[in-house]
This record gives sequence, C-alpha cells and structure tokens, in this order.
Amino acid sequence: MSTAFETEGLVKRFGDFTALDGVDLAAEEGTVLGVLGPNGAGKTTMVRVLATLLRPDGGVARVDGIDVTRRPDEVRRRIGLTGQFASVDDDLTGLENLQLIGRLLDLRSGEIRSRTKRLLADFDLTDAAKRTVKTYSGGMRRRLDLAASLMGRPRTVFLDEPTTGLDPVKREELWGVVRKLVADGTTVLLTTQYLDEADALADAISVFDHGRVIAHGTPAELKRIVGGQSVVVRPSEAASMDAVGDLLRRFTGHEPESPQRGVLAVPADNELVFTAIVAELALAGIGVTELSLRLPDLDDVFFKLTGHVTSNDQKTEVPA
Amino acid sequence: MTAVLTAPAAPGLDAPAAAKRPFALARHSLALARRNLIKTMRNPEQLLDVTLQPIIFTAMFGFLLGGALAGDTAAYLQTLVPALMVMLTLFASIQSGTNFSTDLKSGLFDRFRSMPIGRSAPLIGAVLGDAIRYVVTIVVLLGFSSILGFRIETDPVRALAACLLAIGLGFALSWVFLLLGAVMKEPGSVQGIAFLVTFPLTFGTNLLTPVDSMPGWLQAWMNVNPSVYAMDAARGLMVGGPVGTPVAVTLAWIAGIIAVFAPLAVAAYRRRT
Repeated sequence: MSTAFETEGLVKRFGDFTALDGVDLAAEEGTVLGVLGPNGAGKTTMVRVLATLLRPDGGVARVDGIDVTRRPDEVRRRIGLTGQFASVDDDLTGLENLQLIGRLLDLRSGEIRSRTKRLLADFDLTDAAKRTVKTYSGGMRRRLDLAASLMGRPRTVFLDEPTTGLDPVKREELWGVVRKLVADGTTVLLTTQYLDEADALADAISVFDHGRVIAHGTPAELKRIVGGQSVVVRPSEAASMDAVGDLLRRFTGHEPESPQRGVLAVPADNELVFTAIVAELALAGIGVTELSLRLPDLDDVFFKLTGHVTSNDQKTEVPA
Repeated sequence: MTAVLTAPAAPGLDAPAAAKRPFALARHSLALARRNLIKTMRNPEQLLDVTLQPIIFTAMFGFLLGGALAGDTAAYLQTLVPALMVMLTLFASIQSGTNFSTDLKSGLFDRFRSMPIGRSAPLIGAVLGDAIRYVVTIVVLLGFSSILGFRIETDPVRALAACLLAIGLGFALSWVFLLLGAVMKEPGSVQGIAFLVTFPLTFGTNLLTPVDSMPGWLQAWMNVNPSVYAMDAARGLMVGGPVGTPVAVTLAWIAGIIAVFAPLAVAAYRRRT
C-alpha cells in the first residue's frame, strides 16, 4: 500500500484569518479518509488546496507523491472533484455535461460514448440523460456531479460534503456509490459534518477544528474517545421509569441519565448490551414508545475533544 | 511515505486521461465555445438584445436624422448602416464579460480549474461562443435596413469582409470585457462599466454626423478611436470609398487590443482561484 495523498504542515491564510493552521493528513490508496468538522473548520479550504484550486501559504500537499503547487497539471490528471455546490451546467443535459468533461479530458470519442453510457447507468440517470440539468432533483444533480468527476477514471476523488442538503434516502444512495468507488480501488477524501456519515464510510477520520487536525483515528478509536454509543429508552408509561432505570443500570453498569422528560439514556459499551436490554424489556412486559442505540454526533465529539460545542452558527466557511 | 515520490503511476489506469493529443488548447476552447453556444440557444432571450437593437437603432437614427442630414432616410442609411454594424457588434461583445462573470461564480468553473486544461481555454471558449451574437445582430441589421432602402454598392465578398472586420473588433473588445468579468464580482457591475467603455468608442465617432462639424478635442479623440477606422473601413467595403488605411489601422488595433488584454484577462482569471 502506498500513500494516495498527503499534506504536511499545510497553512492557508485569507487576510488575517488562518483557515489552515498546519494540517497533516494522509490516506492510503484505496481507502476513505473522512474529514469531520463544523462549518469554518477549514475542510473546504483543504480540499481546494489538494485539488490545485488554492495555493497554500506554507507546507506541502501531494497527490500520488506529486506536489500540487509544482506540477498542478499532473495532479489534475489524477483527481476528481465534487464540490459542495453542484459543479455541473444547468443549461446542458446530463449527457452533454459528461460529454463536455470527456472532451476536456481528451478522451477519444468512442471512449466518451462508452464512458458516459456506463456512468449514466451506474448513477441511475439514463432516463434523464437528455433532459437539461435544470429539471433535475437535488439528488440527481449530486449524482451527475459525481459522475462528471469520474469521467477521467481518477484514482483519487475529493468529495466535499457530498450529502449536505440530501434527504436520508438520497444520502444512503450516495453512500452506496462511494462504497462502490472504493471497491474499485479509488481513494476517497470525504468531508462531512456528520459523524454517522464518516462512521459509515471512512477507514480513518481526521477531526478538524479551527484549521487544525485535533484528532485522528479509525472510527472505532474515535468513538472510544468520545464514549461510544448510548441506549435511549422512552417507556410508554411514566410509572415504569424506575423499573427501566434499574434494568439499564444492571445491564450497562452505568448510571442512567434523563436527557429529557420521560426518556432515559445510558452509555452502552457494546452492541450486545442493546439486544440484551431489548430482550429483558420484553420479558418484564415493559412497553416502550422509543428505543434506540444512538451514536454520538458531531457535537458530542467536539465536546469531548475540545470541551466546547461546535460554533456552527457563528462562523461561515470562507469562500475562495 | 517518501518511497511514493518515485513510484510510477500505474499504467493503464490513468492512461486515457493522460493521453496527450496535439492542439489541446484549440480543442478545449472549441468544446467550451460549444457549451456557450448551446447555452445561448437554450435561452433565446439572451439573443433578444442583439435582435432588437439593430431594428431600434436603424429606425431611430434613420428616421430622426436621415431627412435633416442626407435629404431622405434611404440616402442616410448608406452611410449609417455600415457604421452601425460596428457599433452593434461592439455592444454585442459586452455580454461575453457579463456571462463570464456569472460563470466564474459557479461551481462548474471550479471543476474546469481542477482539470488538466489550458488556463486560457475557458476564456477563448467564451469569446468564440459569442460569435453567434455578432452574426445575429449583423443579419438582422442588414435585413431590416434593406427593407428601408439600404443597398450594398460594392460586391458580396467586400461586404462579407466588412462584416468580418466588425466581428474581429468585437472579438478584440470582448477580451477587455472578460478582464472586467474576471476582476469584478458582480455581473451587473461588469455590464455597467462595459457600457461606459463602449459609449465613447461607438458614439465618439462619425457614426451619425461628419467629423468636420465637431470641436477639435473630439476630432483628436477620433484620430485614435479604433471604431472610427472600423466604421470607415466598413463604409468603404460596403458602399465604396477608401479602404486601404482604415482596414490596416483596424486590423492593427484588433491585434493590439488582443495582445494586451488577452494576457491580462487570462492572468486575472488565474489569480481568481
């Protein structure tokens, strides 16, 4: 295995705002690196540097070992980019968009034909191929966007918040596409604000805050830091709150908390505890209206790692 | 990690994208020009200005000034129409800048910038793609004015040369507007400034009235204004008169404007990353 892309001490400033403050990242070939962080953490800036759209003020970024500032055109041949905002042309049809990218990539006309056909089929866009993108839904746009990034068979693909604004079903669809890409040997850098997305897709996760990597590890390692998942139970009758509390304490060894009225939550060290609790609740004949195994979200991660909550509302991603 | 530096890219995997073929810049520019053309055809209202302007200006100037300046409208059209053609192609070229400015704000141009294509290809594509606007405005002008009595007095080849000269100046000026488009943030402000540039170029001429009726400072401006030479050349080529000097000076201006503003526009586009 070799490194598909890496950065060392990457720095980027916009005026007196430091967007990247010495970022070290690396991903092995054929893996997914998840970059997790709130808005304004520097995720998009980092992607834009790796995709040769921004020159860093310090540090090195390499794709396939090639320096992005020294030999940008060679890097551009190897990468595909799907930005936060759909980078396809509204006035062209889906097919025309892909053909344009194919021509710009110097593909032969026969190859453009076979490649567009294949990608349109893979992304479930064959029926919509001759409609202008204007008429596409948000999910279709994202899929076309991703298909366009793949026209040149890039070995490394940068996906900048590819599921932001998609409904849960469309999100799952896109996850499927990413998994397929990786199965074909592509390396993926995926930025996201959702821990569950990083957890579902990434082999390794780097957590960003204020232009720095504040934690790095596998999803399992990260969850261990954060404290993992918790079991959440809402008994159907208030009278059974105490019984449920006892039960949760007995099975997990932790003291249950009540995050809201009528709900009990307790940390669960492994998934088996959850099924055991479900069985015991049934045995005891206790009815519940809500029962779930909840993953920590980005806020939990940040609270554990930094001691402060994400400041999503106060900052905006610096456009460049 | 350092071993990677010398590892060759796996052959075959990225070979299709890496295949270098000659004339890349020309092919990429044409592919992007085609995109612009498709966009224009899908939004025909983008051609509304270049369709209506020749009709409005010909009717307005022809009927307003024709009787006073030349005795009758048809006689006046013989000097007005060739010059008007130059004015209209310059007006038509403004759109290159506003469209480019709109494009630059889109994610699509991020994609182009992340691809291995020449940095000037999107700009050349924008300039070439707008050729349709020049053609439409000239066809409508010649069609409408011929109904009102305008006649080409030379031959079709020379008339065509006049059209190409006007289009050439439009192409040249559109590089100025691309520069504005790359530098300015809002397409609206590009249009505003572009008109400010275009008005003295087009109206500070002998478009409507003979030069000797004007004050000295204005005549001095006309001696350097490229549109004056283009308008004289168009008149010579369409209705007869001296052709050599006006054509040569116009061609020199076209070459000069492109030589200065094309690199500036490309540089401004590159900086905006």
